[in-house]
Amino acid sequence: MEQLIEDFSLGLFFWQSLLFIGLVLLLRKFAWKPILGAVNEREEGIKTALAAAEDAKKEMQNVTADSEKLLKEARAEREAMLKEAREIKDKLIADSKELAKKEGDKMLKQAQAAIESEKKAAVADIKSQVANLSVEIAEKVIKEQLSAKDKQLKLVEDMLGDIKLN
Amino acid sequence: MRSTFPIKLLFVTSLFLSATAFANPTESDAEAGEKDLKTEITEYIGHHLKDSHDFSLFSITQENGEKKHIGFPLPVILWDNGLKVFSSSKFHHGEAVAEVDGDYFKLDHSKIYKTDASGTITYDEKHHATNAKPLDFSITKGVVMIFLTGLLMFLLFKGLATSYAKNGSIPKGIGRFFEPIVLYIRDDIAIANIGEKRYKKYMPFLLTVFFFIWFLNMFGLTPFGVNVTGNIAVTTALAIVTFLLTNLTGTKDYWKHLFDPLGDSMPWYGKLPLYVILIPIEILGIFIKPFSLLIRLYANMQAGHIVIMSLIGLMFIFKSWIGSPLSFGLAFAISLIEILVALLQAYIFTMLSALYFGFASEEHDHAEAH
Repeated sequence: MEQLIEDFSLGLFFWQSLLFIGLVLLLRKFAWKPILGAVNEREEGIKTALAAAEDAKKEMQNVTADSEKLLKEARAEREAMLKEAREIKDKLIADSKELAKKEGDKMLKQAQAAIESEKKAAVADIKSQVANLSVEIAEKVIKEQLSAKDKQLKLVEDMLGDIKLN
Repeated sequence: MRSTFPIKLLFVTSLFLSATAFANPTESDAEAGEKDLKTEITEYIGHHLKDSHDFSLFSITQENGEKKHIGFPLPVILWDNGLKVFSSSKFHHGEAVAEVDGDYFKLDHSKIYKTDASGTITYDEKHHATNAKPLDFSITKGVVMIFLTGLLMFLLFKGLATSYAKNGSIPKGIGRFFEPIVLYIRDDIAIANIGEKRYKKYMPFLLTVFFFIWFLNMFGLTPFGVNVTGNIAVTTALAIVTFLLTNLTGTKDYWKHLFDPLGDSMPWYGKLPLYVILIPIEILGIFIKPFSLLIRLYANMQAGHIVIMSLIGLMFIFKSWIGSPLSFGLAFAISLIEILVALLQAYIFTMLSALYFGFASEEHDHAEAH
């Protein structure tokens, strides 16, 4: 211990303290502050970049989810539209079928009515013709009543046979 | 390892040069020479461990027995009834008396004493010189090394700082090696011990002290290296900075913990008899902490230098084909360990300083923590 105190050099102590404190102050200003500042800045930069990347990833996921949702909606809409179209088509076909049927029926009825009236007209015509014929026959019969009774009969019979043929 | 090998080789060569110089006069008288060699090596080690007033690289003993010192002188600055500045070459390595403005000075065991014209130094019974000692503020070998290390650190880390500005926050060149160390000190020494909130104000000191001690330790291992960190004046100066920083930045909690360590856990009449013992211990602790720092660094570096130099010295004492290679191998192994110790001691000093700063700047709820 005594030897240590004996060896203690005050001059060296003085210079060491002076130079060391000077060095600390100099380095603080010119080296440590810029170095630690730059390193901190870099670390902050990395941190923010990572956070930004994470955000972008989330954003990306959102966008994908959104587009998927949109796609789904579009698909559903298409489906709905197709269904509607099919329904419309079916309805149209059904409607037109019914209409056609109605029209057909109506035409059929009209035709039947026409036939009926034609028939009536024809029957009436026949009737009138028969009446005329009967009148003519009667005329002929009356005209030929002079020749013979049997001839008259025969004539009547022939006439009647003709009518039956008609 | 690869890069340090040539340095070791140089170290060994340089010592070989000086040691063979010692060996020369032994040829005439083997017995006496053997003894001379041992004492000379011991003296050489002792001389190396001390600070010196000139930057000697090595010395050669010439044919005529005269020692030739290779190196350069450094300025001597004395305060003895006025400032006296002169070159250390006037001392002739302690062999001559320097005469400055009518006063006479002489070097004895690396210390300057005031003497008379003939340079007589009187000793007391413990072999301590009793001559008057002028205040010595000389630029010694150690001061030169401290200055050079400071300069190197300034250029190195200024370069790193500017490389960030130029290179977009990415280090370049040697900075790539030092940046992880800076980050390690920040994350695992400062933040781990002081805490995220308060570590910033201690960073300049912690970083500077780490690299300062590490570089000086490494310079001490080079052949012409100087034992700066193994000098108690240097370690004392460093420890005093830690001591001052610790106590000047101490929070209310720190002082409360010192003078009221038990807090509210006990009534005052219970604490009183305990505090008669506890408080002096706590106060002593303030001084013991930095004292342990200075002694640890000093003793480790001093011991490392003694061991390496002794082992190298052994090579020349053994002078046998078994002993010399053996001590060379040992010296080499110890050198490698010393490279590790150089880093380790810098780490320990920084780590413990950070720990003490952590104690000083803590703020917490006492009742809960104790």
